[in-house]
Amino acid sequence: MSKIFGWCAGLLLMLCAQAQALDAALVGRLMTGDSDEKSQAITELVVSGDPAVAPLLQAFADGDLQASGSRALITSGGRIVDAVTAEVLPALPDDHEDLVVNNRMRRELADALAVLKLLSTERADRLSAARTLVNGADDAMLPLVKKALAAEQDSEIRGLLEGVAASMEIRTGDTAQRMAAIIKLGEAGGSNAKKLLLPLTVKNADGTWAEPDGDLRAAAASSLRSIESRLAWGERVGLVFAGLSLGSILLIAALGLAITYGLMGVINMAHGELMMIGAYATYVVQSLFRTHLPAWFDWYPLLAVPVAFVTAALVGMLLERLVIRFLYGRPLETLLATWGISLVLIQCVRSIFGAQNVQVENPAFMSGGVALMSNLVLPWNRIIIIGFALVVLGAVSLTLTRTRLGLFVRGVTQNRTMASCVGVATARIDTWAFGLGSGIAGLAGCGLSQIGNVGPELGQGYIVDSFMVVVLGGVGQLAGTVYAALGLGFANKLLEAWSGAVLAKIAVLVFIIVFIQRRPQGMFALKGRSLDA
Amino acid sequence: MQRRHLLKALTFTVSAALMGTAAQETLAQAKTVKVGVLHSLSGTMAISETVLKDVALMAFDEINAKGGVMGYKIEPVVVDPASNWPLFAEKARQLLTQDKVAATFGCWTSVSRKSVLPVYEELNGLLFYPVQYEGEELSKNVFYTGAAPNQQAIPAVEYLMSKEGGAAKRWVLLGTDYVYPRTTNKILRSFLHSKGVDDKDIDEVYTPFGHSDYQTIVGNIKKFAAGGKTAVVSTINGDSNVPFYKELGNQGLKATDVPVVAFSVGEEELRGVDTKPLVGHLAAWNYFMSVKNPENDAFKAKWAAYAKAKKLPGADKPLTNDPMEATYIGIYMWKQAVEKAKTFDIDKVIAAVGGQTFKAPSGFTAMMDPKNHHLHKPVFIGEVMANGQFNVVWKTKGPVKAQPWSPFIPGNDKKKDEPDGKSAT
Repeated sequence: MSKIFGWCAGLLLMLCAQAQALDAALVGRLMTGDSDEKSQAITELVVSGDPAVAPLLQAFADGDLQASGSRALITSGGRIVDAVTAEVLPALPDDHEDLVVNNRMRRELADALAVLKLLSTERADRLSAARTLVNGADDAMLPLVKKALAAEQDSEIRGLLEGVAASMEIRTGDTAQRMAAIIKLGEAGGSNAKKLLLPLTVKNADGTWAEPDGDLRAAAASSLRSIESRLAWGERVGLVFAGLSLGSILLIAALGLAITYGLMGVINMAHGELMMIGAYATYVVQSLFRTHLPAWFDWYPLLAVPVAFVTAALVGMLLERLVIRFLYGRPLETLLATWGISLVLIQCVRSIFGAQNVQVENPAFMSGGVALMSNLVLPWNRIIIIGFALVVLGAVSLTLTRTRLGLFVRGVTQNRTMASCVGVATARIDTWAFGLGSGIAGLAGCGLSQIGNVGPELGQGYIVDSFMVVVLGGVGQLAGTVYAALGLGFANKLLEAWSGAVLAKIAVLVFIIVFIQRRPQGMFALKGRSLDA
Repeated sequence: MQRRHLLKALTFTVSAALMGTAAQETLAQAKTVKVGVLHSLSGTMAISETVLKDVALMAFDEINAKGGVMGYKIEPVVVDPASNWPLFAEKARQLLTQDKVAATFGCWTSVSRKSVLPVYEELNGLLFYPVQYEGEELSKNVFYTGAAPNQQAIPAVEYLMSKEGGAAKRWVLLGTDYVYPRTTNKILRSFLHSKGVDDKDIDEVYTPFGHSDYQTIVGNIKKFAAGGKTAVVSTINGDSNVPFYKELGNQGLKATDVPVVAFSVGEEELRGVDTKPLVGHLAAWNYFMSVKNPENDAFKAKWAAYAKAKKLPGADKPLTNDPMEATYIGIYMWKQAVEKAKTFDIDKVIAAVGGQTFKAPSGFTAMMDPKNHHLHKPVFIGEVMANGQFNVVWKTKGPVKAQPWSPFIPGNDKKKDEPDGKSAT
């Protein structure tokens, strides 16, 4: 024990003596060797413990490392520094060449950098480093992980590091260590631990067990079972979330239609195009932010939402005033006219923005996701869309039930003549209601632009789904629309998990046809005399 | 009586002579040849195909500026089949019967090619097809300037199997539901079998065209990857790629864990995607914009200048890609063949295309195989970089001969490596 201590101390002394001077030969191998040599060099550099290693590897991983002859030049931060001699150069030499990394190098560099960060004083650094290493690391780095584990106080990071150490010891340790590692992985491991344990439980081609030790095999099998049951939960939650997400998208797409078609009875085939207009409004706002307010780019959705609403609402009100009001009570003509309008709108957008899709970039906070379990990451953009759909739903139902406009809209749609008799300006109310429905379609477009493609045909993909939701839910019912959207979302995702995307789509359509035949009024029918009007 | 006859005859000859010269004059003035461009400019495939139309027009301009083909100026006839497969056949028929084009450059998806193929064979037209495809086809009337499976799919899978590529043991074959992905995956499955991969380690998944919800699929890939080192082979086509890669990035599936190699994703398709989370995912092609050589520098410069002059969408960030290069090669090979045959006659031109060579922007000399109507091309495998470009991590030493009849489909060994219907000449 004391011998090892002395050896360590000696090593430390040596390190201090040659601090700030990286081994030039090692760096040379890192630059020019083949992949195996490079990975060996990375490991040796990390184990050397030199503080200059971290910036060098970081630059390599970020693509900020240039080779000039046998020199390695770090170009990060606007300065050009020789990695070995720390000399600062005024400009890049002419013969410089990018040092590129491939996936294998990138993985090894990420692991190496994580190991180096394990001893950082920042908790966040250590945590992210430990998370990176959960996916495995070079066995030679085990001593460094152990050292970090001994010094670590934080329980969360400790838990992760114990898993990391176990995932290395399961291959390299003695029987007792391996046994402990197997049990440890069974307690806390995720899909990566499963990958490590699986090989222990299979047979070789010649019929012998890959793992000769029967006890280890049994322990591995039981650990695998507990991991699998944990993973299964992740999958179930993931499925529910996927259904909820698809349901929220269907809901937001159908909400506007629930007003224009559901309440007002206008078969509006241009509904999808109003969504498309909302999406393009978002695109325009985003482009303006990019050119004029790049610092505030992440906040563009705050402006895009009202702009999308107002633009689509104005287009909708214009349509109502110019075309649809002359066609009330003539559903076939309305259908044809609005279909024609949808084609006109598509062609307009194509002429203005081009036939190709435009790029709507997510703000930074909508990229990535929250890791709930080892195999379950909920993407932020989907979480935010779910929230957005709920907010819009709340706003719509409040508008319809609590405001004067909502009262009039309900009055006019339930009994137009009577409403007119008591002094409601029905024509104006129609325009406002249609504008509201169109504006909500615009909001839907704004939301969809964060998830899918924005192109002139965006609306075509949603128009059928929107009508499906409204008809299935029951015409004239907001609650029906909500249930139908969520129901279709879940049904679609459950079927997709079971039969694949193509069959799921067909099955859902068949189900709706059968359902509507049995129950033409939809899930929830409006009761009373109003329907006769 | 006689005099009248004489007069009549005289006037007739004079007028005939006059008309003759007039006709010759108009011919000298116009002297154009019509060439068709058959690419979707709207619909789900517009994301990929619009630039092919533009690059074809650029090549025509370039040829016209240098005096045209045998002195004939090229007059492009651009039609939009709108990602609608039956419409492709209709537009092709229009090009061949109304416009009487000397050659057509067009199609991306294999369904569109299959849809126009009978038209070209019936009316004896000439089609240059610029996109990688599944093979299993040879027609006297079509020249394939994209890759056959052995020039793209198989090398890519071999790379992912190697230690350098991550030594993948399990495979997810993910594609859009139509003929190209289905056939490619059939070939790949049989290839993987030959390398000792079991069926339980292969998962084949398909989605409809224009699919936009990849939650379940990405979730399933994660689940599948828990069973061992996994790679995904994506034959997703068109704008579905954008939501797929977005979902991949958002769900935190990194290329270092599960690399995705795509056969229909190039620089242009990544334009609409935030590529930072996608760094390290792969694509296999016969050309990348990032390839460094003088031909490519010239090609990129020409394209950038053209895009700027014509104010094309995205001209602020001009991108080139593999099918654009293949279109460009095809146009020049047609020009060379016409000049060799000294006529626009379809049969004679077809006979002259075989054996043509062209110094391609890929840095290699592409050659049209004398017999099988496919190009000999190099294969590159690139990884996505943070700027949306590809970093070449593997390439063949030289051009590879295409095998349109993949040896991994049973019965193909008996098929002839050249089109059946011989040219009429």
